[in-house]
Formats: sequence, C-alpha cells, structure tokens
Amino acid sequence: MTGTEAQPARLAPLLRAGGTHQKLLAFASLIVLVLGFSLASPRFFQVDNILSILQATSVNGVLAVGVTLIIITGGIDLSIGTMMTFCAVITGVVLTWMGAPLLVGVATAIATGAVCGLVSGTLIAKARIPPFIATLGMMLVLKGLSLIVTGTRPIYFNDTEGYTEISTGSLAGKVLPQFPLPNGVLVLFLVAGIVAWILGRTVLGRYTFALGSNEEAVRLSGVDTAAWKIAIYALAGGICGIAGLLISSRLNSAQPALGQGYELEAIAAVVIGGTSLSGGRGTILGTLIGALIMAVLTNGLRVLSVAPEWQTVVTGIIIITAVYADQIRRRGSV
Amino acid sequence: MNFREETMFTRRHLMGAAAALALLGSTGATLAQEIYIPLISKGFQHQFWQAVKQGADKAGAELGVRVSFDGPDNETQVDKQIDMLAAALANKPAAIGIAALDSQAVIPLLKKAQEAGIPVIAFDSGVDSDIPVATATTDNKAAAAMAADKMGELIGGSGKVAVVGHSQTSLTGIDRRDGFLDELRAKYPDIEVVSVEYGDGDHLKSTEITKAILAANPDIKGIFGTNEGAAIGVVNGVREMGSKIAIVGFDSGKAQKDAIRSGLMAGAITQNPVGIGYETVKAAVAASKGETLPKTIDTGFYWYDATNIDDPDIAAVLYD
Repeated sequence: MTGTEAQPARLAPLLRAGGTHQKLLAFASLIVLVLGFSLASPRFFQVDNILSILQATSVNGVLAVGVTLIIITGGIDLSIGTMMTFCAVITGVVLTWMGAPLLVGVATAIATGAVCGLVSGTLIAKARIPPFIATLGMMLVLKGLSLIVTGTRPIYFNDTEGYTEISTGSLAGKVLPQFPLPNGVLVLFLVAGIVAWILGRTVLGRYTFALGSNEEAVRLSGVDTAAWKIAIYALAGGICGIAGLLISSRLNSAQPALGQGYELEAIAAVVIGGTSLSGGRGTILGTLIGALIMAVLTNGLRVLSVAPEWQTVVTGIIIITAVYADQIRRRGSV
Repeated sequence: MNFREETMFTRRHLMGAAAALALLGSTGATLAQEIYIPLISKGFQHQFWQAVKQGADKAGAELGVRVSFDGPDNETQVDKQIDMLAAALANKPAAIGIAALDSQAVIPLLKKAQEAGIPVIAFDSGVDSDIPVATATTDNKAAAAMAADKMGELIGGSGKVAVVGHSQTSLTGIDRRDGFLDELRAKYPDIEVVSVEYGDGDHLKSTEITKAILAANPDIKGIFGTNEGAAIGVVNGVREMGSKIAIVGFDSGKAQKDAIRSGLMAGAITQNPVGIGYETVKAAVAASKGETLPKTIDTGFYWYDATNIDDPDIAAVLYD
C-alpha cells in the first residue's frame, strides 16, 4: 500500500470497492452459520431468538462501528469498552444524581464520549504517542475514573422515566407487532447508516481512508492531518457514548466494573467484517456483518448447549478462519 | 526568567521533602505500634465485597488494628491476586486474610507466610491446604442446596431448570453449582437440568446466556443465578423475553432486591458478607496473638423473598 497516487478523492472509492469481496465472503459465512444452526436446532430460527441475537448485536455493533473509523485510519482504540462504561456513569450522574431530563442525559453520554475521544486523538496526533499505548492508557484511566466517580457502586436509572426504553422498548413493534425489533437495534442501524454516509460521502470520510493508506502523502499535500485525526477519534468517542446509553439502558444501571474486554469483541467484529488492521480499507456494512456473526455464533452455540469451554474455542477458531480467508483472497487478487 | 526557574525549583524541592517526610512519618508510626492485617479479596467492585470490607473495617476499628482491603478487577485474574498477596506478605503483617480465586495457586505463597510465622485466615473460599488456621465462610454447598429446595417447591417438584453460574473454576462457583445440582438429584428426580452456563458474573453476558437458554427451552420452569451478576442477568433475560418462570438468585444488590419486591424473582439466598469481613479480622487478630481457633467459622446464610425482605435480621445482611 505505498500509493504515490494517494489523492484521497480518487483513492477512497477504489479502496471501498476492494472491500466488496470480503463483504460477500463475510455475508456468506453469516448465512452458512444461520443455516447450520437452524438445521441443528429447531429452536434457533424463531422470532424471539432472532430478536435476541439482534439485540445482543446492538452494544457490540455500535462499539464496532465506532472503532472501524479508527482502524481505517491505521489506528486502534483499546479504550472503547471502559469509555462506554465511563459515558454510562456520567450519564447516571447527570440523570439520577442531578435529576436532569432524559434528553440531557443522552446528550451528556455522547458529549462525554466525544471529549474522551478528543483527548485520545490529541495524545496520538499531537503528542505522537502510538495509538495502542495512548488508548491503553486511556482504557485504564477511564476505568479508574468510573470507579472513583461512582464510589464502586452501580448507579440505577429508576427515576428516569423511559430510560430503559432506549434499548429494550420497541417502536418497530407498534408498526409490526409480529416482529417487535428492540429500539437498541434501530439505534445500531441508525448509527451504522450515518457513519457509512460519513465514510462514503464526506470529506471526513475521504480523509479517514487517506490517513490509513498514506498519512505522509496526505500531510505533504498540505492537509492538517492532526486535526482530522482528532476529529475521527472524537467522532468514534461520541459513538462509544451511544453504546454507553444502550448498555446502561438495557441493565437499567451504570455498572462501573463492566467494560474491559468489550473492546476486543468489537475489534474482532471489525476484523471479521474485512477491515484491515493496517488501515486504509474497510466498510461499515462489513463490520455490521462481523458483529452479527459474533452474536449468531455465541447464541447458536448456547442454544445447542455446547459446553461453555468449547464455545470459547470455537469462537476463537472462527475469528482466525475469517481473517485467514481474507488473506487468501487478497493474495490471490494481487 | 532566572528568578522564576529558581522559585519553581525550590517549590518542587519543598514538596518533595514534605512528601518524603510524610512517608517516613507514616512508616515510622506503623513500625512502632500498629498491628497491620491485609485482606486480599476476590475483587472490590462488586457490592458483595464492599459489604465484606465494611465488616472488616468495623472489626478493625473495634479491635484497634489497621486493616487494608485489596483485590483484582475480576474473578478470573488469579495471577494479579497472587501478586497482591506477595506484596502484602512483603510488608510483614501480623496476620493475613485471603479469599483465594484459585484454591491451589496461592499455596506456594501461603507456605512462605507459614515459614515467616504469619498466620493465614481464609475467607469466603477455602484453600486446598491446612495452612490457614481458620476459614470464615458461607457453607456454599448447603446454601445452594437450600436454593435447590426452594426451586423444587416453586416449580412443584418436576420440570426443566437451568443454572447460570458465575465461575467454572472458583470454589464458590463450583460449590454453588454442585450443591444445587446434587440436592436436585437427591430430592427431586423429576426435575431435569437442561443447561449449566457461566457468565463470569458479567450482567450483560448473563443476560444473553439466559435468553439463549429460554430460546432453546421454551418449556423451562426455573433458572438459578449463582451470584449477583448472574442473578441480575437472569432477571434481565427473563424480562426481555417476557417469560414467566421461577427465578432463584444469590446475594443481594439493589436490582435483585427490586426484582424480588416486584415478584419477578421468587427469592434469593443471601450470605452474611459483613459477618465474613468481621469474623476474618477478628480471627486474624486472635491468631496473631497465638490463640487457637476453630478450623471453620460458619458465617451463615439465609433465604429471603418478598415476605421477609424487610425483616430487620434479613435487612441487616442485605446490601444495595
């Protein structure tokens, strides 16, 4: 990927086209998994279970969509799990402790994430700390802060009318009573749609791909790469804030000890979806499919009552297989 | 410019000196008189551990000893707990309390403690060794057997049930699972256990597990969640699926208490976490003075449901 032709405007569509095969491949794997589980158990392909799978995708999916942006720039964000928790905690402080109205809480969650992302982005782009290290540090800082702010106790949302509706209510169910899609899934689709639009149709999206392909070339052509990078981390942070809303609304509480480990599941979804960890290539649709594959796999193995220790092994093997298939495809096409 | 640098230097110097003095002062005092008892728990973020700490602090204040309380972030970090134990032993405490995440992994360090003449009190979980002079714990097998009896009554002695566990490897996780399963096998031959899964005490993971169990077994009649995170996960999963089944939980916490009050959860077993912390410190002080102790200090457990949740005896051992 040493593109001397790194004109962001021309490069981006080309790279996105490159992801199409992978999307198909990932989509095919998803179909195979769903078919396999449906054949293996009559309980798998039932409306309730499909809804459960979609809902299980929502938190991980939103996190994965956010971190896709960062991974396309060639970066990584290990702090998204604890950042999600921190956003939920601050939302709890604003809603439950200060009694603010629901919409203020929603805005707070997103703003908190954006500020955290801004800090990470600045550390990476201005202080030149490698993303892995900067976000590893942030992961610990945010985890600690969540525990300090809450005094290690969960914050409940019992006083905020409608808070649990964000995730578990169903607007779709009013239109389609047979398929009451939880709101959390709608939020995921909405976030994914907006981010896909940003990546495909805006300057920010073009620079996201360009930074991951050849940052030096972009910088030499007079673009303020630091500012764009910070903007991308802030956007991803805001998306983490939305994940924080979803998880805390689902648990009706901000659990300060949760969060660590969620970043790896999100990154796994991104990678299964065909986004390259070396940057410059990736799609939101791929990430969504990746997150669905993870959720289908976890749910399906449980419905089949596979022993828990084997579930973990199988999940690991599927991740490796998905990425290996991608390697083979790319080697073939070069 | 010069002047500013100089003042800055001086200030930093002063602060450093002050900090060093403070440090010296505190260690000096420690060496002089205080009895120091570190407790290494399995975690400190769950409300259960906060309640244990509360009991430990209470005993510390009453007996005039300094108590510290530390634990790893989650119940899989056996290695981190061992590091904490090593650091605590390096301080040459009067006695030490340990709630081992892994009943075998801590043994080499406990041997060192024994050689150094530091008495060890196990709390919450036992250790596979005779080094601890006493173990302050809930009889988890008996507690889980009581959960099984209640489950049997609730579902009328027959049907399918499942267990959402919190750990496949820790002694409490194993004891609660086995205590529940053994009691069902012995007393309720018509109850079939269709699934035993582990959510690591993570609320969301336990929720997804519950939903998968409900999807796979629509005719299931009851689920047992073996700790706070597992039990809340079961409640969430059942609520989201709109199922009507008997839920039996373990420990307390606000969400679990609310679920019991609202009738979503039938009831739960509570341990006596404040008592565990209190008895551990009390035993540690006694051991440091060379007194002999009973091998096991049973700190007790109770069944609570909507009918007795507000009784003073029960309310005293529940935590939010």
